[in-house]
Amino acid sequence: MSVKMPVLDQRTLARRDDIVRALRAIVPGEGVIAHEREMRPYESDGLTAYRQLPMVVVLPDTTQQVSRVLAYCHANEIKVVPRGAGTSLSGGALPLGDGVLLGMAKFNRVREIDFDNRVVVVEPGVTNLAVTRAVEHAGFYYAPDPSSQIACTIGGNIAENSGGVHCLKYGMTTNNVLGCEIVLMTGEIIRLGGKHLDAGGYDLLGIVTGSEGLLGVVTEVTVRILKKPETARAILLGFASSVDGGDCVARIIGAGIIPGGMEMMDRPAIHAVEEFVHAGYPLDVEALLIVEIDGPQAECDHLIERVSDIAKSCRATTSRVSASEEERLLFWAGRKAAFPAVGRVSPDYYCMDGTIPRAKLPLVLQRMGEMSEKYGLAVANVFHAGDGNLHPLILYDANNPGELERAEDFGSDILRLCVEVGGVLTGEHGVGVEKRDLMPAMFSEIDLNQQQRLKCSFDEKGLLNPGKVFPTLHRCAELGRMHIRAGKVPFPDIPRF
Amino acid sequence: MADAVTARDASDVEAAVQWALAENKALEIIGQGTKQRLGRPAQSDATLNLSGLTGITLYEPEELVLSAKAGTPLAEIDALLAASAQELAFEPMDYGPLLGLAAGAGTIGGVLAANLSGPRRIKAGAARDHFLGACAVSGRGETFKTGGRVVKNVTGYDLCKLLAGSWGTLAAMTDVTLKTLPRAETEATLVLLDLDNAAAMKAMAAAMSSSCDVSAAAHLPKNVAVRVSDSVPATRAITAFRLEGVAPSVVHRQSALQALTRPFGAQDMLNAAQSRALWRAVRDVTPFAANGPAGEHLIWRISTAPTKGAELAQRILAASDAEIMFDWAGGLLWVAIAACDDARASLVRRAVEVCGGHATLVRAPAALRATVAVFEPQQPGLAALTKRVKQSFDPQGVLGPGRMWAGV
Repeated sequence: MSVKMPVLDQRTLARRDDIVRALRAIVPGEGVIAHEREMRPYESDGLTAYRQLPMVVVLPDTTQQVSRVLAYCHANEIKVVPRGAGTSLSGGALPLGDGVLLGMAKFNRVREIDFDNRVVVVEPGVTNLAVTRAVEHAGFYYAPDPSSQIACTIGGNIAENSGGVHCLKYGMTTNNVLGCEIVLMTGEIIRLGGKHLDAGGYDLLGIVTGSEGLLGVVTEVTVRILKKPETARAILLGFASSVDGGDCVARIIGAGIIPGGMEMMDRPAIHAVEEFVHAGYPLDVEALLIVEIDGPQAECDHLIERVSDIAKSCRATTSRVSASEEERLLFWAGRKAAFPAVGRVSPDYYCMDGTIPRAKLPLVLQRMGEMSEKYGLAVANVFHAGDGNLHPLILYDANNPGELERAEDFGSDILRLCVEVGGVLTGEHGVGVEKRDLMPAMFSEIDLNQQQRLKCSFDEKGLLNPGKVFPTLHRCAELGRMHIRAGKVPFPDIPRF
Repeated sequence: MADAVTARDASDVEAAVQWALAENKALEIIGQGTKQRLGRPAQSDATLNLSGLTGITLYEPEELVLSAKAGTPLAEIDALLAASAQELAFEPMDYGPLLGLAAGAGTIGGVLAANLSGPRRIKAGAARDHFLGACAVSGRGETFKTGGRVVKNVTGYDLCKLLAGSWGTLAAMTDVTLKTLPRAETEATLVLLDLDNAAAMKAMAAAMSSSCDVSAAAHLPKNVAVRVSDSVPATRAITAFRLEGVAPSVVHRQSALQALTRPFGAQDMLNAAQSRALWRAVRDVTPFAANGPAGEHLIWRISTAPTKGAELAQRILAASDAEIMFDWAGGLLWVAIAACDDARASLVRRAVEVCGGHATLVRAPAALRATVAVFEPQQPGLAALTKRVKQSFDPQGVLGPGRMWAGV
């Protein structure tokens, strides 16, 4: 582990038995896990290079229990790390050795399905896919679909503001959540939003979404559901260069077409996938593009034809429109299996997640190729081309001494490059511990301090998921200090009337 | 008369806030001042005018992104986007007609600070959903940035969400970046006639639950509908559904929606031009315009669950002679109440408490806005959190103190 975590609080660790006893009084039965062997499954999340056993695991199943656990930890200055299904790819749910790991898996009920208002009220431990499963009999679905949707939970989706392949047209989690109940570190229970639109005051729901478990623990969520489009058609396009592929993406959008999904893969990814899935992808291309149009049949037919014409003008060397639902799904089967496919050709891979202005794709791919040579590690790229979200997969072998570190350095260079070309460090996986120390590449100290002040307004003692997102921990009192520069203000220069 | 300070650039904004801090003054942040009549009356020593911070600094249609200085007129942005067949998809309403000001004014900073949206809110979201990045000066007199220029970004807290709808009370935005989207090639509107409020809610729920991809749904009872007579049959209640997209798709969905809503009775179709006129009127609430028959009325804006719209309206109508129009498939109510001393606030607040949602008193004389809560009162826990959030940006209360809630 190369990331430094907060120093262990020995006073807390010395009181461990008392703490476990107190937590058992709040969450009875099997809800408190204190044996090392039983805590083992919680020692890491999807970022498995980082591991840490928590001090104790607590699995509450009511909001009141969450509230009492947090109030107790607040009163006793004990750190808390919330966890959903543990699928975070950025170490957001990495435990702290002197902290309580608060698992929300028992909050797994769908509380209300309200078709007339087109919303579903769920507990945070409900999986993303389970929301769609609960409403698909009536032709509805929940739009955000991160690739871990079988396992990841709605609570985790809120924490990470998860996306998926349909973001460009249907938005991310933040655009599809209407309300939530959160418990603050003090144990206070707060309701934000509901079945109505917009906030009556500050948009705190918008802040909680994507806050990586640092502001509060979500205990209930109200999400918007959508009617499934009548149909969908996909077109598979191959290009001799990433420049041509990128050009095609720009021209599709420039023509006023917002596809339901638009995914690109580079040559290494195409080859890994084709070997694994046999989706019929062309192997003689540098870039492969899947464009999916959804809506009424008439719209799909009309727009697919226009996309096909645009692709022709962009020198596509392969162009195949799905002739059946089976073929459409086959096009996608390859893309959806991209990560495991790369996993087959390399002992380990490290999945990155930057976003770039789309037009910079050829430049970024070229620079990434140079880095690949420098680090002596191969890289395969899958790209949410519609929204510029890039997932480079760095291939390495953890059994070779030093390769993991090289992969991490390579990854950091890629993310710095994303920022350099006008993009950002993370599009959907979150900062967590993984990108924490890269934050200064994108934000100044003033920017980060303002974010931490907001954190202070929710969690003044800094007990909720500390050590994540922010590279430097400050005490709230220190952040609150003001330096007023009386007399030095060039105010007389400003026109007044 | 309060002082007026006009900033020429972002560093002036920072200097002005630092001056306010040093002198212990309070500033009201304005663009063109088109929304100064909305919110609690200013308790400020000076206005800080950002309308001089103009200019579109980046527009890349193929990247769906636009950056501009916060004081850039919305009209200038709309015109540039239109030239590339794009738009701000959240369809920001123009408060001008409602507040008795000229139509077509206002800045992009004001659009964001008020988190404006329009009839398309139910499909495309509000300003908050299209607000990608910002530079702003906090009440600490520090310039910070948040977000970026790409649509998919989870790097750090999404402070844009907080700035949207904060009415200039957290920070003075100087530069903003928004997502742009292609505008629909064409549109058409299906109108159902003569429905009462309850039936209209049912019709709207049915349409929104179909795959017709309705981009706006509104209900204007007869007394309101007569005031949009230039676009629809004037003397009857109308329940309207907008369909937008490429022509073959609109044609297809139109016939599907006609079939679906046939059980609700008489129908009419509006062509693209009529449709645009109707939705402009709904967006800007022109039936209650300040220069119209309801011009003296007080106006409440209420957001609730769509199926609760009719019930909420009934609770108000049963005890008053209000006029009400519905947007957002029944989830947005514009309520016009005859001028009175209390704006019937307890009636409105009670109805919202029962049905869920929030209400804002958007048009009332300043004296009334000083005594009646303009924004939705909050539960103690949320109110305390709100105050802490405000203090985290503006510890001395130099930015629009009391604009949203007394003492915040």
